[in-house]
Amino acid sequence: MTAVNDLDCINLTKRFDETLAVDDVSFSVPRGSFFSILGPSGCGKTTIMRMIAGFLDPTSGDIQIKGKSVLDTVPNKRPVNMVFQHLALFPMMNIADNIGYGLRRQGLDKKLIDAKVADALERVGLPGIGNRRVEQLSGGQKQRVAIARCMVLEPDVLLLDEPLGALDLKLREHMKVELKSLQAAFDTTFVYITHDQSEALVMSDQVAVMNAGRFEQLDTAANLYYAPQTPFVAGFVGDSNRWKGRVESVSGDQVKLVTETGVSIIGTARGTVQSGATVEAFVRPEAIRVAHSVNGIGEHANSFVGNVENVLFNGANSRVLLRVEGGGTIDVALPQSGEFNGLQRGDALAIGWGASQSLCFGAN
Amino acid sequence: MGAHGKLGFILLASPLVLWLSLLIIIPHIDLFILSLQEKIGVRQYQTSFANYMTFFSEPLYLRTFLRTAFMSIVATVLTLLIAFPISYYIAKIARGRLQSILFLMCLVPFWVSELVRTFGWMILLRETGIFSNFLQWSGIVSGPVEFLYNDAAMMVGLIYTSMLFMVVPLVTTLESLDDSMIEAGYDLGGNGYNVLREIIIPHAMPGIVSGSIVVFMLSLGNYLTPIMLGGKDSLWFTEMIYSQFIVRFNWELGAAFGFLLLGLSSLIVWGALKLSGQTLEKTMG
Amino acid sequence: MIPTIKQPRAFSLIYGAYVALFFVYLALPLLVVSLFAFNDSLFPSLPWNGFTLDWFFSPEQPQRGVFYEKSILESIGTSALVAVSVAALSVGVGTCNAFLFNRYEFRLKSVLYVLMLLPLVIPGIVLGISILVFSSTVANGVEDSLNYDIEALRPGLVLVILGQFSFITTIATLVIAARLKKFDTSLEEAALNLGATRLTAVRTITLPYLRPAILGAVLVAFLMSFENFNTTLMLVGSDAPLTIEMFDRLKEGSTPVLNAVSLLLMLGSSLLALTMIAFQRKS
Repeated sequence: MTAVNDLDCINLTKRFDETLAVDDVSFSVPRGSFFSILGPSGCGKTTIMRMIAGFLDPTSGDIQIKGKSVLDTVPNKRPVNMVFQHLALFPMMNIADNIGYGLRRQGLDKKLIDAKVADALERVGLPGIGNRRVEQLSGGQKQRVAIARCMVLEPDVLLLDEPLGALDLKLREHMKVELKSLQAAFDTTFVYITHDQSEALVMSDQVAVMNAGRFEQLDTAANLYYAPQTPFVAGFVGDSNRWKGRVESVSGDQVKLVTETGVSIIGTARGTVQSGATVEAFVRPEAIRVAHSVNGIGEHANSFVGNVENVLFNGANSRVLLRVEGGGTIDVALPQSGEFNGLQRGDALAIGWGASQSLCFGAN
Repeated sequence: MGAHGKLGFILLASPLVLWLSLLIIIPHIDLFILSLQEKIGVRQYQTSFANYMTFFSEPLYLRTFLRTAFMSIVATVLTLLIAFPISYYIAKIARGRLQSILFLMCLVPFWVSELVRTFGWMILLRETGIFSNFLQWSGIVSGPVEFLYNDAAMMVGLIYTSMLFMVVPLVTTLESLDDSMIEAGYDLGGNGYNVLREIIIPHAMPGIVSGSIVVFMLSLGNYLTPIMLGGKDSLWFTEMIYSQFIVRFNWELGAAFGFLLLGLSSLIVWGALKLSGQTLEKTMG
Repeated sequence: MIPTIKQPRAFSLIYGAYVALFFVYLALPLLVVSLFAFNDSLFPSLPWNGFTLDWFFSPEQPQRGVFYEKSILESIGTSALVAVSVAALSVGVGTCNAFLFNRYEFRLKSVLYVLMLLPLVIPGIVLGISILVFSSTVANGVEDSLNYDIEALRPGLVLVILGQFSFITTIATLVIAARLKKFDTSLEEAALNLGATRLTAVRTITLPYLRPAILGAVLVAFLMSFENFNTTLMLVGSDAPLTIEMFDRLKEGSTPVLNAVSLLLMLGSSLLALTMIAFQRKS
């Protein structure tokens, strides 16, 4: 029993004429978890979702729900429901009829439907709005109604297709938290697709980063951030300083390289990296220590002094663009502990980071 | 609005007011007044409802009136039933080039005069026509068959003439229905029938109403099709108006007939709008 | 029901066949009309007696071609004259109406708007007789009191033009208003801001924006006038437009010369429509 996942996709492939939209993707989603597929638009994530919902047939591979293949099950019989990108609430019905739509299809008794609809509205925190029309609701309320409309059917898997895309920033932040708690409250498996990394990182138990039809890495949010396995993931999840360079020497997994701009950096190899090879190095701005002078930062494998070229003030996310000796600029996060408040263009700063903070990937 | 705006307003409003008052409102009032004139001698008239009484006391008039209304409703319903799947196909199933080609093909017959279209049906349906010849050639019948001059032929013509005015509003409203609405209907367990009934038809309602109103109006006011394709018994009310005005020169009775036709059409249009909760501004403008 | 939702094969086949059948229904009358314009016979019906161009180009009876039928050629001229007048009048007034309803707020606006739509729901024949009755009332009144007969108010081309104008204006208004509604008024404000007067702003910015709609309305008005039968029938005098001329001939029994005229009509209106499509694609 415990071994059975809610959703298994096995060697899933979808080809549209000449283009391979989904290329041999396999993954499993355990019961009750929040699974996200994160990727840029056009990476194939929507295609996967539509195949699970039954609106597209895979070219090859299998989709199993609770261990049983659903390829031969038509969309209206699959135990999955979908929250559409623009929600697809029916404007010709009121809220209660929207939520009751699927229940009516099951031929339930009208009294029972009314009770279930009222209960669902209660659970999403919108009691008593059943008689309103769709266009009378705010963006966040519509969101919750769309989820309630699926959840009354108690699906094995709930699919969510970038449902927060249309909301403004503040509401989006709020709905992230709310979606996560709704998922916990309903104890249902959510499969969520998005191009917004913060949505995926905040809510998910597992995130698959997708690019060009393939999964680059399937991992926890923390691992994607701290231990990306491919240059795409390193570049896509979080911000990074990114350099191309040539490897000078290798010892163990420590790599010494010189960037195209002439800066010498010590980093950690990801995968096999050979001396003389071209590599890409990634350093996160927030992984760099900053001080007013060299004495302030302590011992680091990489340390530089430089002059402030620009201060990009953005509250907690403020950055400094530092021009270092030897050429090139480095993007450094500015700690908001008070000591850098008066930083001006031209001021001198010292920075440093350990070898483990600069990841090097062999460039192909 | 300032003095400048006021002048502009008057300049823009006067054509509208002249048009509506001189060509629409006053002529209809005049028509109504004329319909109340009873001829009592040479160029001598008195005001009475005599013309309307004539209408109600003569069974032929009343029967033709009701028949025209009934047949127009039948034509409207049939046109809707035939046009809906076609419009759905154009709006939701055909894609890209095929979609625009099919839509254009629906428009083509209406670039030519109604007279030409009716003429085409006459060539097809009459005793020496294509259908009759085809049936004889294929051996299904042994002698010529007359398809023309009956209610069925007239219905075929009425539907043909009105088709465009049903297809265009239906395609427009159906196109505005997002595919994800239909997908959501299926995803939540619906099947073709109840997605059609609960999602597609309610969404298409404004198009259905405006298409039906126009088709009904066109059928009710049609003169050419009933006279050319219909039989001796398929009298149309417009023919009675025409004959009172042009043949018998009894304008007073003709005016009363015209007003009755106008009243009937207004009543049915108003009823359709009320029943479907639409307004004239929304469905026509 | 949409391509992403699979339907049983039989259903798709039946649906496809129905759509095909529908287009056969649409095309059939026009095809036979065109075809029989080339039949070497005195009647537009079977049997097929061979191909001929007589019904277009023969100067002699009994198969005199359309290009030698004086009454038909004249009626085409009459129709064109009427159609051009109606198109010019109705698009002019329609443009004014569109601006009026789009730019001004005034009392009775919604009442006037409904009144403006009304001609669409009045049967054409009733429009025709009401204008006929009213113009006769005026003409008789003038004749009785001033002893002067206003020829223009008796059945004839002027009344035909007015009758067609009375409902085609509504359509022209709707076509132009639909585009004006989409116009971003800040463009006009920008023109004012750059020193244009209000009238210049409308002339240089708004009217060019409306041009496709105005041209479309001209075309629709022209075609509707050319094809109109019901209203025209009640108001026509001695100069018959083409539809009336054809109707009279059809009643007497037709020769393929009517097919030839019909074919020319089809070609003409297709050409107009294609011009419009090409033009709209360009702009």
